[in-house]
Amino acid sequence: MVVTPDKKLDCLGLYCPIPILKIREAMKALAVGQTIEMLSDDPASDADMKSWAARTGHDLLETDKHGAVFRFLVRKTR
Amino acid sequence: MARSSASSSERLGSGGVPAAVTRVYLDYAGFSPVDPRVVAVMRPFLEGGVGNPSTPHSLGLEARASLDGARAKVARLFGGSPSGVIFTSSATEANNLAIAGLAERASGRHLVTSAVEHVSVLNSCRDLEKRGWAVTYVGVDAEGRVDPDAVRRALRPDTVLVSVMAASGEIGTLEPVAEVGRIARRQGVPFHVDAVGVAGRVALSVDECAIDLLTLSSNDLYGPPGAGALWARPEIKLAPRILGGGQERGFRSGTENLPAIVGMGVAADLARLERQAEVARLRELRDGLLEGILERVPGVRITGARGAARLPHHASVVLPDVKADSILLELDLRGVAASTGSACNALTGEPSHVLRAIGCTQAEAEGSLCFTLGRWTTTAEIDLVIETLPLVVDRLRRLAP
Repeated sequence: MVVTPDKKLDCLGLYCPIPILKIREAMKALAVGQTIEMLSDDPASDADMKSWAARTGHDLLETDKHGAVFRFLVRKTR
Repeated sequence: MARSSASSSERLGSGGVPAAVTRVYLDYAGFSPVDPRVVAVMRPFLEGGVGNPSTPHSLGLEARASLDGARAKVARLFGGSPSGVIFTSSATEANNLAIAGLAERASGRHLVTSAVEHVSVLNSCRDLEKRGWAVTYVGVDAEGRVDPDAVRRALRPDTVLVSVMAASGEIGTLEPVAEVGRIARRQGVPFHVDAVGVAGRVALSVDECAIDLLTLSSNDLYGPPGAGALWARPEIKLAPRILGGGQERGFRSGTENLPAIVGMGVAADLARLERQAEVARLRELRDGLLEGILERVPGVRITGARGAARLPHHASVVLPDVKADSILLELDLRGVAASTGSACNALTGEPSHVLRAIGCTQAEAEGSLCFTLGRWTTTAEIDLVIETLPLVVDRLRRLAP
């Protein structure tokens, strides 16, 4: 099933720690259960997003990579 | 904010000490007050009577002489040739120029660095990765030390640069730059050292350590913020990152920030001349702080190396069951300024890459504290922290669910 994200966040060209800072801010505007898609081309963002999701408890539903661009789909859990 | 105890504000307010230091300040790695002797030399460069170093009139020629004087002073700090000094706006810019600037002029496509570098080095490497270079991030041991042999094993025929910092600003560990330098030199690979942490605190010679590029920050020498430098051997080829009128031999265009650069030069001279006495004083204060904390705060653990194997002004610890944010807030309310050691961590709350690299657990990483001492740190300040920290930690532990 393809999830249509409730919000999209473009972090292309940005580096750690800014993508994490931006998604943390963006989560505040979401309701529990809503989803956000984040794009990042920072090679460190895969590990950073996994670590962030594990620490905050939000669901990292999908991670895929198209060329140099990571796409993360996250559901707000709390 | 005059929130310090009366005794400390009276003491710190006298004797030509910068007015900014009005409380217990143990975050010199975050910002260092500029030495009043440096400010005195900078003043005429801000207030007039000095020209642009690139102009041919007499005021410009005087400015040029001051600029070159600062170059010589900065170079003397680490035994480099003055002509190799490229003034920049910051150590971050110098690290960017060293890494991206060198990679773009080199024929190979591989770099070696460590997992504990400053984020300006790491993000420069990430940027190169995106553009087709490969980067090996060499791991560290539990004290944060790079294994020179791991650097040797990481080298490839197409490696263009090895970049290893001289000391971690987060956990204070000194890195074996002389050994890494020998290995890189033997393979004919240029060696870059981010020397921000050690400058003025640990003697470092570019020739003895086979260093080809070296990064410095003005503020870490008690010079003004807004200046840094990259030193490069004459045979090193760099592509400029900032284009314009060709200042700094074309490697860094833009009219030189002469007041800050002159200040950095004086700061480098003072750091070189006063290093031994200052280091002995700081080491004694730092050892007292660490001993006091270890003795009086149960469950605390030092991060990074011990004794002479770490920066003399640097103390870092983890407390696995208390959040660093809460401790820093409580300390701040009591007039003590310290840090978590990592700006990224302070921004996002994520465990820092350095603490992850030395194998800290999530809980430990969240309880990371960093105290950095400096030129105006007193015994009274250290005593106050040793008194206050146990009370704060005890209070937070009792509040915890």
